[in-house]
Amino acid sequence: MRKTRLIARLDIKGPNLIKGIRLEGLRVIGSPNEHALRYYQQGADELVYMDCVASLYGRNSLGDIVQGAAKDVFIPMTVGGGIRSVEDATYLLRCGADKVAVNTAAVATPGLITEIARRFGSQCMVLSIDAKQIATDRWEAYTDGGRERTGLDVIDWVKQGVSLGAGEILLTSVDREGTRKGFDISLIRAVTQEVAVPVIASGGMGKPEDIVDAVLQGEADAVAMADILHYGRATVGDIRRAAQEAGIEVRNYEPA
Amino acid sequence: MSRPEVTVIDYGVGNILSVRRALEHCGATVTVTADPDAILSSPRVVLPGVGAFADGMAGLCRLGLDAILREVAARGTPLLGICLGMQMLLDESDEFGVTAGLGLILGRVVPVPSTSVGGNPQKIPHIGWNALVLPQERENWDGTLLQEIKPGEAVYFVHSFMASPADPRHRIADCLYGGIRVSAFIGRDNVFGSQFHPEKSGEVGLSVLRRFLAPKF
Repeated sequence: MRKTRLIARLDIKGPNLIKGIRLEGLRVIGSPNEHALRYYQQGADELVYMDCVASLYGRNSLGDIVQGAAKDVFIPMTVGGGIRSVEDATYLLRCGADKVAVNTAAVATPGLITEIARRFGSQCMVLSIDAKQIATDRWEAYTDGGRERTGLDVIDWVKQGVSLGAGEILLTSVDREGTRKGFDISLIRAVTQEVAVPVIASGGMGKPEDIVDAVLQGEADAVAMADILHYGRATVGDIRRAAQEAGIEVRNYEPA
Repeated sequence: MSRPEVTVIDYGVGNILSVRRALEHCGATVTVTADPDAILSSPRVVLPGVGAFADGMAGLCRLGLDAILREVAARGTPLLGICLGMQMLLDESDEFGVTAGLGLILGRVVPVPSTSVGGNPQKIPHIGWNALVLPQERENWDGTLLQEIKPGEAVYFVHSFMASPADPRHRIADCLYGGIRVSAFIGRDNVFGSQFHPEKSGEVGLSVLRRFLAPKF
């Protein structure tokens, strides 16, 4: 079994780290890179930066933030929000990102997934999906920071995205995001049973122990943590210990 | 004490910024260049790289840097290849047909096996954090660039091909992928290769760069 990855997720609006509930009611938390450095020092395995309003305005403000992070954060970084072209992806990778996450533009132009994967490798191309439950065991993919319906069934879209070249899935439950109610395990499991690529479970982590069901029942390869870290309810170390106590294999990490 | 100097070779492949920032964080003055004279006069050289072997070698050869890197190695200048830069140190690669490498470390570059020791299919590329272990014939990492690392500490990998050095003494560290030994760090005299990304492997990775920047190692 591969080591489960603990990923700190930083939602960005303009220069600020923000957090909402169900991707709405965005509240400013502080400086993204002060938080990034803290999570790096706590032993996060990766960082995800998402510019949650970039798609709405057709802009991308992440390049500067990622370049700043590259000075003192030395773990893999995934960057998403407002990426519309191979050129946008190229720019962010040059800024120090290791992977790019695409949602809205991939729904509009699925061929973009293939273009990015061919150019940089599938491991660079993360398909970001914001999922809202519409019936028992049925979810619809949303775009533009959880605002726009696509009519796409999440499972169908995941399978299509992987066949087009997505090397990883960032799966956000809009219903749970920011609610602290725990992950949507049935959503995670529905996706992990359908595709062979790694799935990052995002949305809903309320306490360190929530990682256990996401991994053991949902079979998530990684969990994204935001609210729980930003408000100091737990450290990455607390979550690592909760995983280890449940027998989940994580990176061996001893803080300096 | 003055800051150690290091030259990072820019031959049009991949993300150099992260390598540069990591070296700077470790106290180095970094020059990013493809200029042969600057490379030859540098006290240490880093060869980064991601992507396909043939593209990487073509990029070096187009700039005449294959011969320059052999000269760097022959002069005894410390040379560290990272990821594709490590693989190019070997004699040749099987990636998309056989392509000659720099020939600085005896051996070949072969695919990471897509079947585990137990016969199960495993994902390629090999991506993620994996623990460094001692190769079969090595007892410790004393006196190597890994000397601050304890066996079992994890570093970050992204690769589909792996180096297979002909001389087991050149294997400094391995990792296990599906039970199969994958060479993670190799070295011969002043020439070193890291399959993992020291610039993306937290403090463990930075410790390798700090050793590389040290006046003596």
